[in-house]
Amino acid sequence: MSFLHASEMRGGYGGADILHGCTLTVQKGEIAVIVGPNGAGKSTAMKAVFGMLKLREGAVYLDGEDITGLSPQERVYKGMGFVPQTHNIFPTMTVRENLEMGAFIRKDEIEPTIEQVYELFPAVYEKRNQNAGELSGGQRQQVAVGRALMTQPKLLMLDEPTAGVSPIVMDELFDRIIEVAKTGISILMVEQNARQALEIADKGYVLVQGANAYTDTGANLLADPEVRRTFLGG
Amino acid sequence: MDILNALVAFTNFVVVPATAYGSQLALGALGVTLIYGVLRFSNFAHGETMSFGAMVVVLVTGLFQSWGLSLGALPTALLALPFGILATALLLLLTDRVVYKFYRKVKAVPVMFVIVSTGVMFVMNGLVRMVVGTDDRRFSDGARFVINAREFKAWSGLNEGLALKTTQVITVVVAMITVAALFWFLNKTRTGKSMRAFSDNEDLALLSGINPERVVMITWLLVAALATIAGTLYGLDKSYKPFIFQQLLLPVFAAAIVGGIGNPLGAVAGGFVIAFSEVTLTYAFKKVVTYLGPDSWAPDGLVQLLSTDYKFAVSFAILIIVLLFKPTGLFKGQSI
Amino acid sequence: MTQAQTQTSTTTLPRAPLYFAAMAVLIAAVGFLQSWNSALSILNMGLISAIMALGVNLQWGYAGLFNVGVMGFTALGGLAVVLTSMPPVPAAWSAGGGRMILALLVGVGTIALAVLTYPRLPKTRLRGVILTVILVGGFFAFRALFDPAVEAIEAVDPAVSGYLGGMGLPVIFAWPVGALLAAGAAWLVAKTALGLRSDYLAIATLGIAEIILAVLKNEDWLSRGVKNVNGLPRPVPYEINLQQNEWFLGLMAKLGMDPVTGSSIFVKLLYAGIFLAVIFVIVVAMELALKSPWGRMMRAIRDNEVASEAMGKDVTGRHLQIFVLGAAIIGFAGAMMTTLDGQLTPTTYQPLRYTFLIWVMVIVGGSGNNWGAVLGGMLIWFLWVEVEPIGAWIVNVLTSGLEDGSALKAGLIERVAYMRYLTMGVILLVVLRFSPRGLLPEK
Repeated sequence: MSFLHASEMRGGYGGADILHGCTLTVQKGEIAVIVGPNGAGKSTAMKAVFGMLKLREGAVYLDGEDITGLSPQERVYKGMGFVPQTHNIFPTMTVRENLEMGAFIRKDEIEPTIEQVYELFPAVYEKRNQNAGELSGGQRQQVAVGRALMTQPKLLMLDEPTAGVSPIVMDELFDRIIEVAKTGISILMVEQNARQALEIADKGYVLVQGANAYTDTGANLLADPEVRRTFLGG
Repeated sequence: MDILNALVAFTNFVVVPATAYGSQLALGALGVTLIYGVLRFSNFAHGETMSFGAMVVVLVTGLFQSWGLSLGALPTALLALPFGILATALLLLLTDRVVYKFYRKVKAVPVMFVIVSTGVMFVMNGLVRMVVGTDDRRFSDGARFVINAREFKAWSGLNEGLALKTTQVITVVVAMITVAALFWFLNKTRTGKSMRAFSDNEDLALLSGINPERVVMITWLLVAALATIAGTLYGLDKSYKPFIFQQLLLPVFAAAIVGGIGNPLGAVAGGFVIAFSEVTLTYAFKKVVTYLGPDSWAPDGLVQLLSTDYKFAVSFAILIIVLLFKPTGLFKGQSI
Repeated sequence: MTQAQTQTSTTTLPRAPLYFAAMAVLIAAVGFLQSWNSALSILNMGLISAIMALGVNLQWGYAGLFNVGVMGFTALGGLAVVLTSMPPVPAAWSAGGGRMILALLVGVGTIALAVLTYPRLPKTRLRGVILTVILVGGFFAFRALFDPAVEAIEAVDPAVSGYLGGMGLPVIFAWPVGALLAAGAAWLVAKTALGLRSDYLAIATLGIAEIILAVLKNEDWLSRGVKNVNGLPRPVPYEINLQQNEWFLGLMAKLGMDPVTGSSIFVKLLYAGIFLAVIFVIVVAMELALKSPWGRMMRAIRDNEVASEAMGKDVTGRHLQIFVLGAAIIGFAGAMMTTLDGQLTPTTYQPLRYTFLIWVMVIVGGSGNNWGAVLGGMLIWFLWVEVEPIGAWIVNVLTSGLEDGSALKAGLIERVAYMRYLTMGVILLVVLRFSPRGLLPEK
């Protein structure tokens, strides 16, 4: 079984279902990207994986363990890290304090992890004593990712990490995400910028109306004329 | 022209009292701001919380005095302070458990919390009056002055005296220690940081595994300490009168909002802004003006901008100006 | 629980008459057990409280606005009675009336000038300087005119007048004037604090109430301050005149009542009649307003502010309207109360009594329901008056074993006086928690 295995998820926020049988799997150290049109349930699918949405049907397995009934906090203990799309930092706390708070649940020494994050994101190191709220959009996203890495997750989930940042910053962020994946952490990411995201993806999911429309490697999806025409604008 | 005497008069009647009063307001506003930052409502029961804490201190002080316990030159109330904090902490934790917790669980709107806090205010008010009645109580003992006006005159040879009451010095010293300890706690300890994180971004704090109920509990404990200290210092400086604490609510709120509600540094600054404005605007400057100008200039009136009866108007006016021009306050609070 | 609740909430109407009948029984019980005079006093103050509760209910129940300044608006109503109905004091007017009016015009003019020029000035540092110059200059000009005027007016026969007096109009005109004064103050507060966080309106109303009260206590030239104004005119006959009236004496003889007691009851009944008429008019007007498109919009805004705002509704503007209206009703009731008392005593205005008690009335009655507010007003006033004697009675029974002179007993009896604060707070908290819709829930 894959490292993350979320199968046949159905459910919504009360009322009608948003997810209609969505399946997501991620292997160890792999980057999986969810793309699709607006309102396809991309973010909802990710929230379902993280337990922020109660599933009516389906199950989520992490490293072979059934975690369907766990709360988001419990899933953090199990090795999931989540970076929300917005409000993903503590604005009046320094960058370093943001990282410390990310490691709040850890009882062991966190200094080495902080060093790792600094190494991965030199900009975070540079701004470590500044309040996170004073940083630029791209730097904030790096802090947000850094904060999520502080629990040493085995699976990192990113909800549209490049929303509202410039193309240059986006490329930089994607480079960092590849670096993270190289350290053996699995990545599950929702992206609006489908083409660029699929370029770095080992696996891509195209969601339509809460269900898998296409599932393949990122390269294959990019090459698929049907996908290109319908979702990537030709 | 007599600058020295004018300066001494100004210090004696404005700077010293305003500094003491500012320290008291700052401590009160810190309590309001912490509750706002973590529980996200303006606590109308805060004045009564200060009253309750001070009341326990007054009672324990009386007990100690009857046993003959004392701190010498320092007021016995300092010895009683920990007991006041303890009792207030118990009361606040109990209140949270039987009242506020429910509204947190159902995620009630902020205005609901405000109304509930007025209910709590009513109850605490009744409780205090049932225990001690409504009489005025003086409970400061020990040495009355650090600097005596007469001795100062003899020493300096000036016409104006400068008096420094022990309670004023204690107020400022205790307030400084308290604020320093609070800032150390908030900025340097893991628990303090988790409180700030919770105040900054509740959802992310939950994701990071910060236990909200623990944060709330710590907040109430800090508030108990701040409110008791503020109430006791105010009572030591003036006297303990249960009804005065209702009137203190407005300047305390004003201080918190001026500084930027939810921001501890702002609360301290706001306390001093309000205190200095209040004392300066209601002080009769006749003496100072007489010293400064030539003899023929001596004013007929008191040269008082505002009668002391309107000191609330100062808090209120500052509050309105801030709301009109800078609703986030001087130090950028949380809200619009 | 659910079944009982759905049943009652769908059938509110039959519940209301039942509760009002029970209320009538309670008041009648006081009439039989204590005296009809006390019963009617409770009724009259209950009716006035009910009107105040209607005002608060308009603000809270229709719009979700928290007004902590009920006391201030009530006091303004009281001031209106003095300013409208007392005869003018010609000596005071000639001593300083003109100067006083000039001073007040200068004061208002300064603020108006500041408000009008500020937005027209360039956004530089100069703007602040000019504004400061206008305000400081205006303040000193105001004080230069105001101080001597005050001194002159207050020097006129300070033992009995020392103020400007009123307009000498029939007292009934004071009630709408009270509404106007309160509406004006409410407009000023709401204009600044609305549109910000909900807490800020509450804090601002707390402030304005304190200031209104400070003015009433200290501005002797206006309404004699803490020296009080006594002998306010009445809209009903005086007991002493009734006792000499042929027709009244005949009526009393027919009923077999003592004319002295009878006259006092008769006067109170007249008041009760007037108050009931006022309540009736206000409730009918409010019910009609609630059913109109305006009322539907108000409720839509209250239930979902964000959505209403998105649909282009001027939420802040509507809130301003309703807040001012609610305050006007409170001011009206405040004027009625001072008329009933026959005197203005600024020191009696206490926030616990005039603000938070009214809140308990609204919450217990059922916020959003006008009949609920009326019921809550009557019931809570009744309890406020009766909790103390009942408490004293309970303490007496409980401590009957103790000697009469014992310190514990004396202490307990003294404490009972404060028990009602505690009781009211507990009632508020319990109702909010367990029955937030109140006795008569909103339909």
